[in-house]
Amino acid sequence: MEPLLRIDNVGRRFGGLQALSGVTFEVFEGEILGLIGPNGAGKTTLFNVIDSVYEPNEGQVTFRGQPTKGKKPYHLARMGLARTHQIVRPLSELTVRDNVIVGACFGRENRSLGDAGEIADEVLHFVGLSERADQLAGSLNVAQKKRLEMARALAARPLLLLLDEVLAGLNPSEIVAMVETVRNIRAQGVTIIMIEHVMHAIMNLSDRIVVLEYGQVIATGTPQEIIANQRVIEAYLGDPKLAEQLMEAA
Amino acid sequence: MSTTSDVLGRLHARPAAARWRNPGLWLGMLALLLVGLWPVVSGQAATREVIFTMLLAIALASSLNILMGYTGYVSFGHVVFFGLGGYVSMFLLSLGQPLWVAVPAGGVASGVLAFLLGKAILRLRGTYFALATIGINEAMRTFINNFGPFGGSTGISLNFSVYGNYGGAANALWLAYYAVLALALLAILVSYIVKTSKFGLGLMAIREDEDAAEVMGVFTPNAKTWAYVISAIIPGMVGALFFFKNGNIEPADAFRLQFSIETLVMIMLGGQGTVLGPILGALGYQQLRSFLLTNAFFKDYQLVIAGVLLLLIVLFIPAGAVGWLRKRFPRLRNVLP
Repeated sequence: MEPLLRIDNVGRRFGGLQALSGVTFEVFEGEILGLIGPNGAGKTTLFNVIDSVYEPNEGQVTFRGQPTKGKKPYHLARMGLARTHQIVRPLSELTVRDNVIVGACFGRENRSLGDAGEIADEVLHFVGLSERADQLAGSLNVAQKKRLEMARALAARPLLLLLDEVLAGLNPSEIVAMVETVRNIRAQGVTIIMIEHVMHAIMNLSDRIVVLEYGQVIATGTPQEIIANQRVIEAYLGDPKLAEQLMEAA
Repeated sequence: MSTTSDVLGRLHARPAAARWRNPGLWLGMLALLLVGLWPVVSGQAATREVIFTMLLAIALASSLNILMGYTGYVSFGHVVFFGLGGYVSMFLLSLGQPLWVAVPAGGVASGVLAFLLGKAILRLRGTYFALATIGINEAMRTFINNFGPFGGSTGISLNFSVYGNYGGAANALWLAYYAVLALALLAILVSYIVKTSKFGLGLMAIREDEDAAEVMGVFTPNAKTWAYVISAIIPGMVGALFFFKNGNIEPADAFRLQFSIETLVMIMLGGQGTVLGPILGALGYQQLRSFLLTNAFFKDYQLVIAGVLLLLIVLFIPAGAVGWLRKRFPRLRNVLP
């Protein structure tokens, strides 16, 4: 089976800092891949490389069978890649609805404004923001802005969705609602890579998990395999009891 | 990369019914038309001259607003397009070409210059772009100052007989007036069409967060370049009419940086990123300017007051008058484009 996304020996440097080194893995259609690791491990940098915000210094990223080298983020958006940002980036002076219309207008299906409006209404209902549609995006709270980012990405009708810490800063009930939303997105056939620190959520959601440390992949496997991995426990989870608890939860 | 037709194709309307039923647009255009026709009714040349200046300011401010208000790129040197349009048309007029060829040619020349410049300097952002636009205006002024075919530092003066083709000088003044009125109305219409189009939505996404817009699929380099081109064409044509009416063009008059800055004040005053804001700002600023220039005490302080006004707007009402109203009364967003 041809992977939707292939990361092949990717490296990225910022001056003397090697942010990513020899990162290799594949993502298959329809799966949820969790990307975890300590702060500064290179997770968001990897998202930026996948999305062509940064060019890799070594290696190659292949999306839908095409190398992304030389392509700009807007080319990849048209090819079916959408993402959310770790630090939310709403188009503050536009309404919530217009934010989502941008996603639909310029995303994979390149819809007209009229069609995009219909998609926006549908997606806003899906993420529970319908009542805020006419508000300015800048006036939303953090949880709502995260939902807006997700709505904007979904409106693009992506094939691959990159979710960068969508659960961070949410309270427990908001996390439960967001996890449900992610499940529903996958049910629509969208492939997802998600960076997350909320362990019980990512263990429950992911089909497979990739663990990064100092820019390198230290483990790949199912949630059960990752929780049981001694190196992951030492490098990231820290507490073997926590690992056991997660295993039970998963 | 998207093609030209692809980009222009994105100027699709929002659903036509909703788009063309905006009362704010029609009331604004009607008010402007009535103001514009007032000198025709009164037949007073002095009133015509005052309103000519206002219409010119509205056309320039509405055009610059496409780049500054919708796209978020502040151009301090937009007068370069006004000047170039003026020079190209005066050159053609002096060669015996008719006005209806010279004016569009001025607009096309400005559009072409904007396209070429856009490819080069729209990679810059924020302050760097603003500084580059000042540099371009100064470079163009120096170039024209030394460019023989355009008359060098003495510029181009039209032979009085040219006006004979338009029924004499008095009629030519009226002709220029009607044409500027039409261009002011066109500038507002273009501004509205851009704002309510998919293309315009892409521009506003760039204004809010260019990197996020790219990630969402907005072809930012093309969108910015076309915004720059659209914002340059009408100023080029207005420049052509202004200098045709003047009968003379010189580098110092054509590329006056002060003129650009005053246009920025007008946009900020009325509300950047809105269709009606530049109209209101241009009318308000020109009224203030007329008062200051004719006041015995203030006549030498006109620019000082414009500077203080800009400072006060930036500090206290950065959204400008129309922007403030739209924020304060959200329901007005649907009627104040």
